[in-house]
Amino acid sequence: MGFKNFCFKKSLWVFHFGGASCNNCDIEILDCLTPKHDLERFGILLVGSIRHADVLLVNGSINMKDKNRLLEIYNQAPRPILVVAIGACGCTGGLFADSITFAGPVDKIIPVDAYIPGCPPKPEAIIGGIVKLVNKK
Amino acid sequence: MAVNLFYFFVFPGLLFVAVTGAFLSWFDRKISARVQFRKGPPLLQPFYDFFKLLLVKETILPKQGSPMMFLMAPVFAVFGAVMAGVFILLPLFNITTGFKGDLLVIFYLLTIPSFSYIMGALASGNPLAAVGGSREMKLILSYEFTFLLVIAGIIMKCGQHFDLYTIIQTQQSGTPFIGSISGVLLFIVGIFCIQAKLAMVPFDMPEAEAEITEGIFIEYSGPAYGLIKLTKYIMLFILPAFLIALLMNGFRLNGINILWAVLKVLLVVLLITLIRNTNPRIKIKQAMSFFVIWMNLLAVFALVLIAFGY
Repeated sequence: MGFKNFCFKKSLWVFHFGGASCNNCDIEILDCLTPKHDLERFGILLVGSIRHADVLLVNGSINMKDKNRLLEIYNQAPRPILVVAIGACGCTGGLFADSITFAGPVDKIIPVDAYIPGCPPKPEAIIGGIVKLVNKK
Repeated sequence: MAVNLFYFFVFPGLLFVAVTGAFLSWFDRKISARVQFRKGPPLLQPFYDFFKLLLVKETILPKQGSPMMFLMAPVFAVFGAVMAGVFILLPLFNITTGFKGDLLVIFYLLTIPSFSYIMGALASGNPLAAVGGSREMKLILSYEFTFLLVIAGIIMKCGQHFDLYTIIQTQQSGTPFIGSISGVLLFIVGIFCIQAKLAMVPFDMPEAEAEITEGIFIEYSGPAYGLIKLTKYIMLFILPAFLIALLMNGFRLNGINILWAVLKVLLVVLLITLIRNTNPRIKIKQAMSFFVIWMNLLAVFALVLIAFGY
């Protein structure tokens, strides 16, 4: 079990689901993969298909139309899958919590393993959140 | 029998090519990272990726399509790659097999991984995988003839010998084939063919992750995807090794020459990585015309030069 867990921690592949986002969190997530922060040195890669993913990053407020898509994506992911809610909108609903099209924060729809608050969170905060998630596992 | 099993599973076979290929895959990723002013992954990263996919993740079978074919395709791919690796590496390590004509067998075995990817993609029943499969098919149609012309050039150069062992011996007793004008042309054509066979960036339309989200591999997860990763590692080692055997003198395994053998492999992989990092992905139509017109022209020109003795 130790070896399996070690390999899993060392190679987290990330799939990015953007809800109805204002794109600030998307830009900060991409910023983690740029030369300055370079998450590939910890083995974190951005993958194009949910079938290859180990971590599902969700940001943006989840509205009525996004809800079904998020559920579909989550059900198609191979287990074990970790879910990370990024940004104020992902964690609580933020500015859009009272909107009529709002379908609840991410943890009302799928189980969430880590929350990274901030509007938007800094790349350092995202890296810190991922480190905490990995150490919790 | 026992020695054949040892050849297949341990020394030039599965274990050796997988470990070396994983190291080369790390080298490829590290060089890409350095080109982009990043730090890059740790040395054991390919092993972490492979064991994570093999041991931790679950495999999801697609609802539509054929599960049997879907699961068998990666196994076929690994088998073809390892088989080709054994046939290429035995002559390279100076072990004679006594098999005259293994060059053509290697040529056919090297296409098995690509064909298995296509079969697996079409068996998954995903429309994006079907798009990727059709692109891979077009890519095979365009580069295979060019690759055959390269091999034909080598056969003409060493005097109608069809086995890799004689080709390496001819080069080691004389000069390497790359030390002539036709050899340089064949090397250029060969490196582009390898790039397309590995599906690296100028020719990675079958698995374009931005437009068709990994294309042919979209439905694979868990151990099945791990086997595909393994095939990719193996191909990253055996295709440069094949080019070295054909054009660059093969390996000599005494004293300082071992270092040269390692450096030759690293040089070819470095060249492939630099091509991959400095080019955008081209359209499938452009790739076809690139191979069918320009690379074939260059290869035919090299063949004419060989016929006149240059």
